[in-house]
Amino acid sequence: MDRYDFKIPIGPQHPALKEPESFLLTMHGEKISSMTVRLGYNHRGIEKACELQTYIQDMYLIERVCGICSHSHATCFIQAVEEIAGLQVPKRALYIRTLVAELERVHSHLLWLGVAGHEIGFDTLLMYSWRDREVVMDILAMLTGNRVNYSVNTIGGVRRDITAEHIPQILKAIDTLEERTKYYIQIATEETTIIKRLSGVGMLSYDDGVHLGAVGPTARASGIDRDVRRDDPYASYEDVKFAVITDKHCDVYGRAVVRVLELMESYKIIRQILANLPDGPIAVKAPRKIPAGEALSRYEAPRGEDVHYVKANGTDKPERVKVRAPTLANVQVVAHMLKDRYLADMPIVIAAIDPCFSCTDRLISVTDAGKGTKNTMTWPQLHSYSIEWHRKSGIDFSELNKKFKVPGN
Amino acid sequence: MIRPGRMIKQVLQSLFKKPATSLYPFVKTAMPDKFRGRLKYYPERCIGCMLCMKDCPSDAIVIKKIGDKKYQAEINLARCIYCAQCVDSCPKDALEATKEFELAKFSRENLKVVCNEETCRSSETKT
Amino acid sequence: MINVFFNILIFPGLIFLSIFGLGAEYFDRKLCAKLQNRVGPPWFQPLADFIKLLAKENVIPNQADPTVFTLMPVLAFTATLTAFFYIPLWQTKALSSFNGDLIVVLYLLTIPTLTFFLGGWYARSVFSMIGAARSIIQLFAYEIPLFLAILAPAMMAGTLSLSEMTVFYGSHPWLVLLNLVDFVIALVALLGKLEKTPFDIPEAETEIVAGCLTEYSGRLLAFFRIAIDMEMVVGSSLLAAVFLPFGFNFGFAIGFILYLVKVLFVVALLSLARTIVARLRIDQMINFCWKIVAPAAFLMLVVDLVVKGLISR
Repeated sequence: MDRYDFKIPIGPQHPALKEPESFLLTMHGEKISSMTVRLGYNHRGIEKACELQTYIQDMYLIERVCGICSHSHATCFIQAVEEIAGLQVPKRALYIRTLVAELERVHSHLLWLGVAGHEIGFDTLLMYSWRDREVVMDILAMLTGNRVNYSVNTIGGVRRDITAEHIPQILKAIDTLEERTKYYIQIATEETTIIKRLSGVGMLSYDDGVHLGAVGPTARASGIDRDVRRDDPYASYEDVKFAVITDKHCDVYGRAVVRVLELMESYKIIRQILANLPDGPIAVKAPRKIPAGEALSRYEAPRGEDVHYVKANGTDKPERVKVRAPTLANVQVVAHMLKDRYLADMPIVIAAIDPCFSCTDRLISVTDAGKGTKNTMTWPQLHSYSIEWHRKSGIDFSELNKKFKVPGN
Repeated sequence: MIRPGRMIKQVLQSLFKKPATSLYPFVKTAMPDKFRGRLKYYPERCIGCMLCMKDCPSDAIVIKKIGDKKYQAEINLARCIYCAQCVDSCPKDALEATKEFELAKFSRENLKVVCNEETCRSSETKT
Repeated sequence: MINVFFNILIFPGLIFLSIFGLGAEYFDRKLCAKLQNRVGPPWFQPLADFIKLLAKENVIPNQADPTVFTLMPVLAFTATLTAFFYIPLWQTKALSSFNGDLIVVLYLLTIPTLTFFLGGWYARSVFSMIGAARSIIQLFAYEIPLFLAILAPAMMAGTLSLSEMTVFYGSHPWLVLLNLVDFVIALVALLGKLEKTPFDIPEAETEIVAGCLTEYSGRLLAFFRIAIDMEMVVGSSLLAAVFLPFGFNFGFAIGFILYLVKVLFVVALLSLARTIVARLRIDQMINFCWKIVAPAAFLMLVVDLVVKGLISR
């Protein structure tokens, strides 16, 4: 860092970010020489809250981890619960889950396209792609009741069925969207200013992508052929044929191409699902108390691989729920991609991983501002710290402690 | 062909199209059939099993016994997250999700709704 | 004397220019919305924004230089207003003219950018300082093509007075066609001057919030914003006077309406340009201006010289 370097804070409040997150950029003129990411502005304690509620209540809480990929998180959680409970989910329910998942991917990718347009100052692209996104939002509202937080899942199946009248409407909407997507592919590959702003920006080589653990379209744009839908099929992805889109551009342009081409694959999947929708019940009855056990569930959310871990202890409440949102895996690569790039590339590089910071904020580390030291506490340490803290303020819990036999003491 | 201003054709076409925006407060859109809006409670169907209370993720509904086989529901619209799990949980269809969604009130207190045989009937006639 | 005050303060001076500036902003925003398939703001929106800002608190940052910080919006406002007096609007004669007023107008139109720079720089906030640096870098990129593009028609007319230029093109209407390329170049440069997409780099909101104007609020921001609106009208009037010099001999009523149409036409072209492209990066913008726009302007200058030589022979 030399005399002419200066630091600019991007976030927690900044027009480029739709959610609070802090990036501290060290600038050398217009160039970024280094960057630090600070997570934790949106920590909501959802994992802990899950432990205090029943599985049915958790379903709606987990759904609110993310607004855009609400179905992804809900499905991922429910898959884990169903695995522990050993439930045989009816085929029709799985098909409906897959259908909603793909519709969600369509709306998420169209949303990304608009956001990307806005970040590079192309507001017309934002307005147009969000206008077209309304088509799929209407379909989702028709199928599930609401535009976001569809709440279509329930333990053991789905809550809402598809009727025969819905199918032609969905197909018609998909035709419209396919036509529009082809137009956006044409725009993205032929508009000079878009190509100038996107290509060569935010380079992430194959090796770096693997090393830093990138997931989803970010990884696939670097040629990493990884997709949970194909590698570890869940729901009804085994029954549908689709291609995993990869790209060799390794830059933001590649990520845009991967996303628009994935839209085309999603339309294919939706058509197949609607053609082969099996008959039968949409849910099996689930017990309120889930037997003890643990499960890890993987899901390909629009932003990448979503991982949920659930540990059950035989009651109607989970003992531990862990959420690893895709953005957490991808946020590491942002700092790498922005090194020695222009400040002007910062918004689009951050947007290119399609960040969802509130999903990501599962963990906070407290830094002592005076000393600059970080402190990690284990459960016994935290426990004795709290007893000590209360003793200082005049309340003695040590008696209580003996009575209840808290682990670690 | 790669050139700047690739969108000009559609942009100029938009000039002669109706805006895609719907002017919401003046033009209302119909909610989808499955929409989960404000809850409606049928006190005569309720058997007081309190499953809805148990399953509610946000403690928004409280069922109280007010007489012999008579129940009333206190629904807090501010707490409700409109997941309609209570509607699914109810064994007697005593709860229903309506399409009503314009629920803003000037005070938090006004969002607490008490539904029993008298109030629910009177509110039905009102709306 | 009263006539002069009337001209300066009311018509076609301060009041008219302010109202026309707000009207042009409305036109720009509404057209942009239409092009983007939106509804757009109601007609009074720019005025409502202005009044709202006037009522807001004036915050001057602690570390900012209060004198420069408060002076700059006023300077931007007055500079644009002064430039307006030398531009022929609906008749061949401007409010005031002398040989060389073209240069004065161009320089007066540079002052708003300089005030952005100084205002942003003396606000001492990182975002406004980056914005200030960017706007001055951008100034060097678009100013030369703009000067060259306007110099070529002036050279053709053999005068540096805007009023005399309109007289010349009034008698040689076909020569206007020769200036079409220069018109496009001047439009591109004007986009840079007004900091509109694709050249809204100094105020790119997703990168540096509002650039130079980040720290401005209240009345000062209101004056900056109206100065930008007025700059748009004055710049468009300049382009209209230089490149669309017709319809000056039909009397006041028709001439005035023609003037409004011409200015709004230029504004419409600017709006169209900003809806169909993405924002460039500062290095790309400099490259574009120096490698494509400036050489093209030079080339047109040479072409004009040759044509002028042929005509005078």
